[in-house]
Amino acid sequence: MDIFLQQLVNGLTLGSVYAIVALGYTMVYGIVQLINFAHGEVVMIGAMVAYTVISMLAATHLPPLAIVTIATLAAIPVCMTVGYLLERVAYRPLRRAPRLAPLITAIGLSIILQNLALLIWSRAPLPYPQVITTVSYSLTSHPNGATITNVQVAILVMSALMMTGLMLLIYRTKLGVAMRATAQNQSVAGLMGIDINRVIAITFAIGAGLAAVAGVMVGSYYGVAHYQMGFILGLKAFSAAVLGGIGNMAGAMLGGLLLGIIEALGAGYVGDLTNLCQLSHWFGAIAERCQTNPNLALFGSNYQDVFAFLVLIAVLVFRPSGLLGERVADRA
Amino acid sequence: MTALLNLNRRRDPRLAWAGLAVMAIALLVLPFALAGIGTAWVRITNLAILYCFLALGLNIVVGFAGLLDLGYIAFYAVGAYVYALLASPHFNVHLPFWVILPIGAAFACLFGVLLGTPTLKLRGDYLAIVTLGFGEIIRIFLNNLSQPVNITNGAQGVYMIDPFRIGSFSFAKPEVIAGLSFSGPVKYYYILLAFLVASIVINLRLQDSRIGRAWEAIREDEVAARAMGINTRNMKLLAFAMGASFGGIAGGMFSAIQGFISPESFILVESIMVLSMVVLGGMGNVFGVVLGALLLSYIPEVLRYTVGPVQRAMFGRTLIDPEVIRMLLFGFALVLMMLFRPAGIWPSALRKRELESKAA
Amino acid sequence: MTQRASAEGPPRDAGPPVGGGAQSALRGASILLEASGIAKRFGGVQALTDVSFTIRHGEIYGLIGPNGAGKTTLFNVLTGIYETDDGQFMFDGEPLDHLKPNEVAARGIARTFQNIRLFANLSALENVMIGRHVRTHAGVFGAITRNARTRAEERAIAARGFELLEYVGVAERAHDLARHLPYGFQRRLEIARALATEPKLLALDEPAAGMNATETAALSKLLHDIRRDGTTILLIEHDMKLVMGVCDRVLVLDYGRKIAEGPAADVRANPAVIDAYLGGDIALDLKGA
Repeated sequence: MDIFLQQLVNGLTLGSVYAIVALGYTMVYGIVQLINFAHGEVVMIGAMVAYTVISMLAATHLPPLAIVTIATLAAIPVCMTVGYLLERVAYRPLRRAPRLAPLITAIGLSIILQNLALLIWSRAPLPYPQVITTVSYSLTSHPNGATITNVQVAILVMSALMMTGLMLLIYRTKLGVAMRATAQNQSVAGLMGIDINRVIAITFAIGAGLAAVAGVMVGSYYGVAHYQMGFILGLKAFSAAVLGGIGNMAGAMLGGLLLGIIEALGAGYVGDLTNLCQLSHWFGAIAERCQTNPNLALFGSNYQDVFAFLVLIAVLVFRPSGLLGERVADRA
Repeated sequence: MTALLNLNRRRDPRLAWAGLAVMAIALLVLPFALAGIGTAWVRITNLAILYCFLALGLNIVVGFAGLLDLGYIAFYAVGAYVYALLASPHFNVHLPFWVILPIGAAFACLFGVLLGTPTLKLRGDYLAIVTLGFGEIIRIFLNNLSQPVNITNGAQGVYMIDPFRIGSFSFAKPEVIAGLSFSGPVKYYYILLAFLVASIVINLRLQDSRIGRAWEAIREDEVAARAMGINTRNMKLLAFAMGASFGGIAGGMFSAIQGFISPESFILVESIMVLSMVVLGGMGNVFGVVLGALLLSYIPEVLRYTVGPVQRAMFGRTLIDPEVIRMLLFGFALVLMMLFRPAGIWPSALRKRELESKAA
Repeated sequence: MTQRASAEGPPRDAGPPVGGGAQSALRGASILLEASGIAKRFGGVQALTDVSFTIRHGEIYGLIGPNGAGKTTLFNVLTGIYETDDGQFMFDGEPLDHLKPNEVAARGIARTFQNIRLFANLSALENVMIGRHVRTHAGVFGAITRNARTRAEERAIAARGFELLEYVGVAERAHDLARHLPYGFQRRLEIARALATEPKLLALDEPAAGMNATETAALSKLLHDIRRDGTTILLIEHDMKLVMGVCDRVLVLDYGRKIAEGPAADVRANPAVIDAYLGGDIALDLKGA
């Protein structure tokens, strides 16, 4: 039960990060039907910028919370600029091109961003300076039970705030109306006097801003940033967006949280579930090996990254519209 | 298209044959010329040919049928591991290559069908992401299938893989035949060249056939293709399976030539590199794809031999790793090609029309 | 339009489309397609309700109705793009249940699209050659080995493609890209591509849309030729002159229901039909036709 609770907490934490990144994918997709493949790299750049700022401020005697806040505030505009540039330079000219074209430019951009990051920062993983002392709070009455750390709490609270803020933006402001109108029908929205290009650019920038915060979260959570970290993270967040129903904001949040939980529980239990030693009653050969090594798992937690893809494939096969989405699979 | 191609070919058959003969002789002599510059260049050329072969396989999927496969390297990996496991001390199995290559192709084909069956009804960009995920899954498995039973030997990879061998004639050993000395790489060069020529012929013939036309139709308008009685699902699956088989064979050859493989050889960047070759050269145009593969294989090597020394001469140290320059080059090539020359350096007539008519 | 087709009939060896005039007259009375109780819903919208009709061998059967009456939906359920919610099609003696569009085409129903869907970046000839796919057999092995049989089949496909282009009058532009063809040519090319699948029933979705009077007249002649050469035609059309000129019988849909069916002249006089069209421009056309 403790493992379950612990993995649930870990999964929710990770899942809320996925959700924030997935929102970026889904917003862009909703408005221009394009998978912004380079979105994961924006997260990476957020983490990298924050790393630099935190490293610079670590020696000062500012309160830790202030350092992280400053780092985040520095990462956001950088990422928004990157997001805007991606749209302006690489996607806008291809808006009417065949679908493969923007996807291929996106891959190209991904490679460029990764290698620029490699040049600017480092090939090696960059350890985040520990400005915040991690404090664990016990979630159960007995001492060795499940815990939640202050970083996890911060991530959960921050994600909830951002999601609420985004929802308010989309559903309560004029900009939000313009975004929703553009997503519904670009040409009609244009006729109604909405500046389509501006709305699309803003959408990319907002997505990138969210990605920046997600980058800081991931960096602080794992305590490390790396120029290739964006790729897998981006893929998982994309899977989350598809799981929820791409183009659907609530879906992205739900998908993110679910994927985080699935992954954490999967990683926590796959070793036990596929432990061949459970079969030692039937197979003598296994029993022999289990005496020396009681954990003869077929699949271990090193398969953690597989779960997201399996979920992605399963969703696309059985419910391509996702949990909350409308049918998109056979749009030309 | 048939008629047009025939017309072109008929321009002057004697001239065409003469050109072909000159090219054939040049290709046959090439390894000796390269060996003069340095044996390394024969090896580099061999890998370049292997990439041509691989890119031609992907061209069937991406260029002909219009399915964006971002996990193509997975099939290459499958072929490579099948060869490595069936011809190395790892399991102490040593089958001859002509037995393993078809097995590898069949395995890769099987994986292609397994992946394709559930996913080919998806829209293009979804398919791209799923194939990308599949590529990663294969790599993760290769990395971890050393526990609890050691199948792939994990991250260490498989060593001492047998070279191609026919009886006592090994492709890895140098040999003097008719007064000419053939080094191992030179021998491989000829066998690779033969495979490449075969794959070019297969690509050209497929393109100009009933099957090729069905693929074109699917790429142009799937609904109309279906209304014309084309079983789009099977045709896509066929393209996928054929591409995968090509990948499987290429993987087997890679194993044999390198003698050592590990999951590191099959990372996503490799998939993207092969895709870049297809895109850069000109999706759907067989010779364009070959050109793209050659360019992207040689340019990094040239960079390796120039960028490093030049930097050291100018600044006294290597500021920018040639590998980074290579990757940046890929990235910019992909973006700039899509923006300014979407049909590739040497586009197929069809692709050119299609991609340049953006507003259509 | 094509002098060859009108003067000496279709090429004799293969003979587009199928059979001959005499044969179609013989089979004139037997039923080719029977629709019974067809229904289709989209969410809360009932697009088709209990639509039944029969099409006989060798006739030109018109399908008319105001915009949104469900004509194209009926086409789409017939050709397998949508599943019916209720009802059944019997085609040539066999039910068309749960067939995919390609299977429907293989059974002998070929269609055109309201908004032309040619393979725009392929040549006119290639478009028609693709139509031959479903009636030819060469596979990967044949393609790679180019054996005698495959080569013969390829030659036959190209020859047949050319014949059909001549038949519809697009042969002079055989090597032009489909999207570079004039509008009327595109419409006729789509018909040639459909004929290449050797259909028993040719389903045309507003083939005269956007055509001028001369082009429509030529189309009308082409439809007569196709029917004379043995292919039954199902025709959705707004141009009443064309419908009244070529159709033997007409089905009228309104709000997804059949409101009339019968010989063109009778339907024109049917009060329910006039009512359905009342007030629209088409009502005037109807009387003028």
